[in-house]
Amino acid sequence: MAVEVRIPTILRSYTGGAKAVDGRGDTLSEVIESVEAGHPGIRERLVEGADLRRFINVYVNDEDVRFLHGLATPISDGDVVVVLPAVAGG
Amino acid sequence: MLTIAEEVRDQIVAHARRDHPDEACGIVAGPAGTDRPERFVAMTNAERSPTFFRFDSTEQLAVWRELDDRDEVPVVIYHSHTATAAYPSRTDVGLAAEPDAHYVLVSTAECGNDEGPTEFRSFRIVDGVVTEEEVEVIPHGS
Repeated sequence: MAVEVRIPTILRSYTGGAKAVDGRGDTLSEVIESVEAGHPGIRERLVEGADLRRFINVYVNDEDVRFLHGLATPISDGDVVVVLPAVAGG
Repeated sequence: MLTIAEEVRDQIVAHARRDHPDEACGIVAGPAGTDRPERFVAMTNAERSPTFFRFDSTEQLAVWRELDDRDEVPVVIYHSHTATAAYPSRTDVGLAAEPDAHYVLVSTAECGNDEGPTEFRSFRIVDGVVTEEEVEVIPHGS
């Protein structure tokens, strides 16, 4: 499945400044692996162990994947994946 | 330096007072490239906590999309401290992800929900380094 992955400003150092990159996969996890293949290092900024990093928000078609199936969220052709760092603090 | 209109400053302080003792948070958007905080957007603190804040993720996506559509950026990202000084905590520094933003901190430790003294300070947070900056408030009507 081919999808567009939108990259936030703070991670564009991995994408040569690109705001969006192409990804492929049947799950979010596979899409992230496919993006990692072309942009090494980015996976580490998104994923920790078997889960998304706590302060990274990922949306598939505007749904926060925490309310879907996390990294196992199924992906269909033409879906849009958006990555946004959470705005948080103490 | 952060230059901000008095009425925008007052909106931030009013939000902080209203949500005390929980932390309040939000942004002030402005046209990209201008560094002018113009459009006040209060955000929901999904944590509803006196010691922590996190923008509600669904609301954040909607607001960030609106910024893109309007060619705006979050010029100011603000939140309140309700028991401590208006200075970025270690958590604030660790999670700061917008190097171009002015991070505004308001302390309601003294005033609580009422009128009374508040601290209003602004910082840059880049690669874990905090730099306080001057705040210039443009008086209402000028």
